[in-house]
Amino acid sequence: MRYGRQVLDRDDAALVAALRARDDATFTQLVREWNASMLRVAQIFVPSRAIAEEVVQETWLRVLNALDRFEGRSSLKTWVFRILVNTAKTRAQREGRVVPFSSLRDPGRVPESAVDPDRFRPEDDERYPGHWSSPPRELPEEQLLAAETQAVVERAIAALPASQASVISLRDVQGWSAEEVCNALDITEVNQRVLLHRARAKVRQALEDYLAPETG
Amino acid sequence: MSAVEELSCQELVELVTDYLEHALEPGDLRRSEEHIAACGKCTVYLRQMRQTIMVTGALPGGEISAEAEQQLLQVFSGWSST
Ligand SMILES: [Zn+2]
Repeated sequence: MRYGRQVLDRDDAALVAALRARDDATFTQLVREWNASMLRVAQIFVPSRAIAEEVVQETWLRVLNALDRFEGRSSLKTWVFRILVNTAKTRAQREGRVVPFSSLRDPGRVPESAVDPDRFRPEDDERYPGHWSSPPRELPEEQLLAAETQAVVERAIAALPASQASVISLRDVQGWSAEEVCNALDITEVNQRVLLHRARAKVRQALEDYLAPETG
Repeated sequence: MSAVEELSCQELVELVTDYLEHALEPGDLRRSEEHIAACGKCTVYLRQMRQTIMVTGALPGGEISAEAEQQLLQVFSGWSST
């Protein structure tokens, strides 16, 4: 497991000072590091990749224009992503899209099983209620990092609801901490974990279906 | 009856993320550890989940396209000249 894909090691004050000094190398570095995450988050709110790219552009313009007001009360990353979320919400309203706040704020409202309930013995089973009837199958270790396996995982993430896709992308692909994700998306720890749980459960199922398909 | 206290496999799979995130209450943590220690099937499930996190963590992060980077640099130079 990797923690933090971050290449940036300068502190926020130095980054902000460099941006204020119009240093385009620093800007490029931030753009490269955060672009994939910014697109993911924008896509929670807006319907297409193309609009998400416009939202990211608009966000950077707002960030630059507001740079003199950055006080360092949150990290630069959190501040930028909060502006991104606001920009994306405004854009979504303009697009006439009903913003799925509930998918972030109240993801637990609609129950969802991590594993198909049919894979367990029924509640009224005399001896082993709720125990596996179709147990998990061992995944072949040597195929885990194959390109085909990675493509399966990419497709599974792409098929997730946008809020779940964002959380698993930030946490597990980009290596953000739980706290960073909560701050950037302004969601509670519990909701962050619900979204992560559901996302990981579906990716796990996709991996099992691909690497250890049910036989017979 | 101690069975009331025990987790079923179906309950355990719903606690796996909280378990991996160190977010379980002491009681649920103890019940989860006891269940995993005694249940080979849920041990496989937990291993699958760790493998899933590992594979997801090895994905490329997503490179920005040259075109998108160019557009953002234009935003920056437009702002720089103000
Ligand atoms: Zn079990």
